[in-house]
Amino acid sequence: MSLAHEEVLSTPSSDVPVEYSTEDGALKIFGFWIFLATDLILFACLFTMYQILHINTAGGPTEQELYDVPGFTAETLILLVSSFTCGLATLEMRRGRRSASMGWLVVTVLLGLSFIFLEVREFVDYVNRGATMQRSAFLSSFFTLVGTHGCHVSLGILWMLSILYQLGRRGISAMTARKIFIVGLYWHFLDVVWVFIFTVVYLQGVM
Amino acid sequence: MSSEHHEELRGFHGIHRGFPWSHVVGLVVSLVLTFAALWLVQAHAMPHGLLLAVILVLAVLQIVVQLFFFMHFLESYGPRYHVTSLALAFVFTVCIIAGSLWIMTFGGEQTY
Repeated sequence: MSLAHEEVLSTPSSDVPVEYSTEDGALKIFGFWIFLATDLILFACLFTMYQILHINTAGGPTEQELYDVPGFTAETLILLVSSFTCGLATLEMRRGRRSASMGWLVVTVLLGLSFIFLEVREFVDYVNRGATMQRSAFLSSFFTLVGTHGCHVSLGILWMLSILYQLGRRGISAMTARKIFIVGLYWHFLDVVWVFIFTVVYLQGVM
Repeated sequence: MSSEHHEELRGFHGIHRGFPWSHVVGLVVSLVLTFAALWLVQAHAMPHGLLLAVILVLAVLQIVVQLFFFMHFLESYGPRYHVTSLALAFVFTVCIIAGSLWIMTFGGEQTY
């Protein structure tokens, strides 16, 4: 006998969180962990490329000239705090408190938007100083690595906005709870990737 | 067959009702690790190679913080296959990074 796709396997009580209450939810959460494993390998390739190419500045702007300590520290702090607020959104979802969960997701989205604002401002500043993507192998690899992370964050913001819309309309169900949990996994993963960009790209660059 | 999900969720210890101390601890630890790395670099606290190794270790600790304080890493029905897949991805990551750096720097620093 097989289960109905969205059949609730246990009542939302303290023994199982809502997002794990259906087989569908548990399976999709597992599937998302597999996606994170593959996305990790994508970033491994981009980090490798940066580490190999970053010394090749072709007479153009160098890391020391470009990287701004207060700027990249602010970006890092914003993402670390947004990872915390995203964790609280999952926590409130498990408690069944829709408005609290939505509130923390809104805070996370606003922090994500300020991160993207700082990053775009940084990129525009670099380009205005002649540090374009095609200037050197260093800058090609820099914009590819940091830009791919920025695209992930931008996608995460759009994703969270669409989940906020669904939460507003449908409340916390097995489906919306699973979506909050999964977007949380995605956001925490991006925070980890940024910590490595902070370390390998920026800190190594100003060392 | 249908009973498999009625077993309890491993690694889950009930819904937390009080103040989210573990989340606050996670945030504080990640901020401390970040500022420690920044301070070590700005103070030129040690030789270049050693400094890079130390801040990389601090970054790896940040992975641990995110996985255990925020990502509910150990929660699973039955065997933790997602932990296995992540472990495998870390093996691939190390092979890609270490192998490529070794090959591409073979014979000394050069420009491409």
